[in-house]
Amino acid sequence: MSQMNIIQSVNSALDIVLEKDENICIFGEDVGYFGGVFRCTDGLQKKYGTHRVFDTPLSEGGILSTAIGMGINGLRPVAEIQFADYIFPAFDQITNELAKLRYRSGGEYWAPVTVRTPCGGGIRGGHYHSQSPEAYFTHTPGLKVVMPSNPYDTKGLLITSIEDDDPVIFFEPKRLYNGPFDGDHKKAALKWDTHPKGEVPEDYYSIPLGQASIERQGSKVTVLTYGTMVHVAREAADSSGIDAEIIDLRSLVPLDMDTISESVRKTGRCMIVHEAPRTSGFGGELSAQVQEECFYHLEAPIARVTGWDTPFPHSLEWHYFPSQERVIESMKKVMES
Amino acid sequence: MSKKKTLYVPDAPFRPGEKPDFSHLKLPRAGDAKKPKIMVEPPEIRDLAFSLVRVLDDKHKAVGTWDPKLDPSILKEGLRHMTLLRIFDNRMQTMHRQGKLSFYMKSLGEEAVAISQGMALRPDDILFPSYRQPGLQFVRGRDIVDMICHCITNSKDNVKGRQIPVHYSWKEGNLVSISSPVGTQFPQAVGCAMASAYKGEDNVSISWMGDGTAAEGDFHHAINFASVYKAPVLLNVVNNQWAISTHKNISSGGATFAARGIAYDIPSIRVDGNDFLALYSVTSWAAERARKGGGPTFIEVFTYRGEAHSTSDDPSRYRPKDEWKSWPLGDPIERLKAHLIDLGEWSKKDQTKLEKELDELVIKSYKEAEKHGTLSAGPWASEETLFEDVYKKPPRHLRRQRQEFGI
Repeated sequence: MSQMNIIQSVNSALDIVLEKDENICIFGEDVGYFGGVFRCTDGLQKKYGTHRVFDTPLSEGGILSTAIGMGINGLRPVAEIQFADYIFPAFDQITNELAKLRYRSGGEYWAPVTVRTPCGGGIRGGHYHSQSPEAYFTHTPGLKVVMPSNPYDTKGLLITSIEDDDPVIFFEPKRLYNGPFDGDHKKAALKWDTHPKGEVPEDYYSIPLGQASIERQGSKVTVLTYGTMVHVAREAADSSGIDAEIIDLRSLVPLDMDTISESVRKTGRCMIVHEAPRTSGFGGELSAQVQEECFYHLEAPIARVTGWDTPFPHSLEWHYFPSQERVIESMKKVMES
Repeated sequence: MSKKKTLYVPDAPFRPGEKPDFSHLKLPRAGDAKKPKIMVEPPEIRDLAFSLVRVLDDKHKAVGTWDPKLDPSILKEGLRHMTLLRIFDNRMQTMHRQGKLSFYMKSLGEEAVAISQGMALRPDDILFPSYRQPGLQFVRGRDIVDMICHCITNSKDNVKGRQIPVHYSWKEGNLVSISSPVGTQFPQAVGCAMASAYKGEDNVSISWMGDGTAAEGDFHHAINFASVYKAPVLLNVVNNQWAISTHKNISSGGATFAARGIAYDIPSIRVDGNDFLALYSVTSWAAERARKGGGPTFIEVFTYRGEAHSTSDDPSRYRPKDEWKSWPLGDPIERLKAHLIDLGEWSKKDQTKLEKELDELVIKSYKEAEKHGTLSAGPWASEETLFEDVYKKPPRHLRRQRQEFGI
């Protein structure tokens, strides 16, 4: 075991798969010589060669379309989109091509592409460096969608995603890269060495997709969340003393409804926390599935704490970003009804 | 394993620790490229896509048919704007280091692009810049205090604190809101120009993107639509060699960027981007052609990015530290200054005086802007603005969220 932040755990996962499978190659903007604008691919080009880890033209559509072609011809590409906000020029290739290739060819063709992309706010990035676009992709049959919340899960889930024969959109919450973040931006930034999930095995391991993790045990209300909001929700529960069970979904598609359902049946109350805007956010899907499976166990309406239905602002970032206060207020409301 | 073929992957010509040598560029001499008549047929000037329009020669004289023969007062105005831009950039970078700005991007080495091209246009021509042409605003007389208010994201920021610094918008100056996703403005400028033609107006639209961005689909959308509809638009690829760490050898194949325009039957001209006079001349030529119904012109502005991509970047990791100093086309400010001195219109003393004056202006403007707040200390645009401008009028769900927010 060693201490890693999320950047290092991504790097470690990539290092291991590159070593293990010569058909794996990594490419994207600034990922090769420079090692990525967040340093996630640092040192990998030097170690494995320019044809295994390489820089591409600034063309997200080009990156994804060539990744599909490489995948069709036996490679296992890991493409980086520098910010999730920049994924949209590749949207057609991802949603109409990558996602549907297996289905439309009657199972003859597929492309095992993994798309890594940093997402989320909290870094003063304004609306083009802060978005959480996961719901566009969960809405597309054929894609798996993953968003880890800590270094340990990141490495295990990334290895699984790359080795999966289906395409995976792997979101990395960039505010968590260097340390856990509970939403209180006035506190000094923490590092992962203060967190148990900052302990990461150096060797190969994998975590199956579709298994949620119970981040905090509780009996009064179930909180469904993922990414940065796992830490915000946890701190909200700890500081308010509310007996909340926090479930870190880790993978949105496939979704671990067994764990969710078991918890909601136990607590009788459910709330959902995510950073993305509310309307048609993944919380809407979670809410629907919970009421379908647990309606007769619910003692209160399901609540959602999300980003507002506005673009992600720059100066008013902390008015937008779902705060501990908003989570606590919502928890209390759910508990009262 | 040795018989295995290996995918070819290009590299930058020079990396940290190596000595940059640009002798391979084989630059044409100033005056070599000839200026064609305005309504020339594009096939007649294919050579201009491979040559380089240069007016200022090594002895600082203006030579050749592209010499715009500008009055010295215009040259001095250009020098003033470029000097101001460099001083403004340096001040903003200093304030970023002091935590007053969240982010910044400088134009070092590329000052002539926005200033000269901007000066060659009419005020009603519509600008679709990338984030590296802020100098356009100096040309069109924007209040520097307003620009700083945007950069420090305070209560007077006209975009209401919604964008990171240097993502200006300025309706009064016909400068369309700048986006971070690169290249999106290029085809929008074409549409804007199509609308001018549609309405029978003779203003033109102009856009800029970088060499790296020219790999995006938006480049191709723009140049094809421009060609199909003969839109009165000037499309510029500012080839400054680097896109963050991606050298242009990695971001694009092909001969020159300008050569791409040939296939679309658009006049395509490669110009020395550090030569104020050459840029002015080519831009005037293209604007006049567009106004006369000659359609689009595609311009490759050949230059070098003297600074980091942004304050988030560290170029010492991927290119030689002194690469800019080896750039054979020099510094645009020094070159225009030397030309004015050669004409007997300027002196080093005048330049020192100008720099002092502009430095004081920027410091004074910064202090004035700071009275309206900073990003770190506030005040910012009011909380209500969070829910404004998402739609023309907030729909019910947004009004409810605003209530939930507590305002």
